[in-house]
Amino acid sequence: MGELCGVVGIGQTKYASKRGDLSIAGLVREAGIRALEDADLDWKDIDAVVIGKAPDMFEGVMMPELYLADALGASGKPMLRVHTAGSVGGSTSIVAASLVQAGIHDRVLTVAFEKQSESNAMWALSSKQPFSPHINAGAGGYFAPHIRTYMRRSQAPDHIGMLVALKDRLNALKNPYAHLQMEDISLQKIEASPMLWAPIRYLETCPSSDGACAMVLAREALAKDAPRPPAWLVGTAMRTEPTMFPGREEVNPQAGKDCAADVYAQAGITDPRKDIDVAEVYVPFSWFEPMWMENLGFAEEGTGWQMTDEGATALDGDMPINASGGVLSSNPIGASGMIRFAEAALQVRGMAGDHQIDGARTALGHAYGGGSQYFCMWIVRSERP
Amino acid sequence: MENPVEEIQTPIRLDYQYTAGEATARFLRGLKQGRILGQRCPSCRNVIVPARGACARCGVATKEEVELPDVGTVTTFCVVHIPVPGSAVKPPFVCATIKLDGADIGLFHLVGGIPPDQVRAGMRVKAQWKPREEWDYTLENILYFTPMDEPDVELDDPRSSAHA
Repeated sequence: MGELCGVVGIGQTKYASKRGDLSIAGLVREAGIRALEDADLDWKDIDAVVIGKAPDMFEGVMMPELYLADALGASGKPMLRVHTAGSVGGSTSIVAASLVQAGIHDRVLTVAFEKQSESNAMWALSSKQPFSPHINAGAGGYFAPHIRTYMRRSQAPDHIGMLVALKDRLNALKNPYAHLQMEDISLQKIEASPMLWAPIRYLETCPSSDGACAMVLAREALAKDAPRPPAWLVGTAMRTEPTMFPGREEVNPQAGKDCAADVYAQAGITDPRKDIDVAEVYVPFSWFEPMWMENLGFAEEGTGWQMTDEGATALDGDMPINASGGVLSSNPIGASGMIRFAEAALQVRGMAGDHQIDGARTALGHAYGGGSQYFCMWIVRSERP
Repeated sequence: MENPVEEIQTPIRLDYQYTAGEATARFLRGLKQGRILGQRCPSCRNVIVPARGACARCGVATKEEVELPDVGTVTTFCVVHIPVPGSAVKPPFVCATIKLDGADIGLFHLVGGIPPDQVRAGMRVKAQWKPREEWDYTLENILYFTPMDEPDVELDDPRSSAHA
């Protein structure tokens, strides 16, 4: 992997349906300043900036990175934009890390954002394709049929998705940055919420959020002397596959399995459920928790829902998933993957506050995007390898 | 500040011209005549529809044309209760993946002529075409797929149904 790289600073904005107090530039700068403060660094200490966001149509601003360079202190420095759909927060982190691991830069600031309130992501995701009827109804309309297939094949009971939605919203109450703060959330409320894309209910979907997340990544010599404990990268992996091909397994995609196998091999993980203490997994619709438990090898195919049912994925379970509240509680789309990576790092740094998992030493950050076709993962540890 | 400008609306409109390419052009011309054209991959032998000129599984060009019937099986679906921006289809409606008989890949389309809560995975369906004089270069020549008077079929795992 070349040079060892550590996460030395993390900054998040408060996630909300509308951050009318900040422009896009103000939003990314708020996250960037907080990451620098966490690392006790200043803009001048940063060698390069790597920025990511989901499709430009989500805000209607083409190539926003060009005008955001100033707000991120990148004038006169290398700046790079990454885009891999919903997984972009993960791939952006990995691209930034690779610049440190390759020995090109000493310290890199990476930031990802979305300001969903400034446009309409549902519209942006529903553009007419010339060779198919115009019926694509946003992300939910695309993923709901996959969920139905999972439910049919696994014979999972109907309440599993609601258990995930409840758990993640309760976790969010322990995370001050989380968008949804639903004190009165209950299974009854989730069940009574309207079907949007049956079998997906309203309260089983992620919100639309404004927000940004940033991290400072540093090479070993600088990271080991950082003022606060670093999270050491011990594995990074990305995989992709086409959206449509004969025999494609959409529920349990090969690219996700390959990505997990790669990142586990790098980190020396042989039994993920035992070797990983906590995971932040990209779950935009509640049923993706059990689906990804299988894809990530935490459970055998067809049994992921049992982990949710038994409480294994809860804060006090043996495999806590999305202690932060996850994508189901905050979804600034382009940032959502980086938040998973950053929250994994916060856990092994012991800095996750009220949603800290005691003794977390090894954590997985996971992101996916497109039609379940882009996968990004990293494994971070508290101990320097 | 007096009268601060906090937000302005700047609508965006996007028109684009699509260069179909050889395979998709044949597919779209076929639709204009009420025919559904797929292609067989020379490597994995799977039949792909819409024809796109290549197999995304094998990464090879596809040339052999296969005409498909307008009947198939619903493999999965969802019931959409919210409107699609810019679409004429009004909710609730059923979006389904339909595997046409003889095809090895699903086609995304509507299921109609049946209450949404009665749609099933494994259901046999047939295309309901628009009147012939309205046919154009589009899959929207098919209004929706409608149930056939046939028993449901047992669904295979997609991996076992592929030829390779």
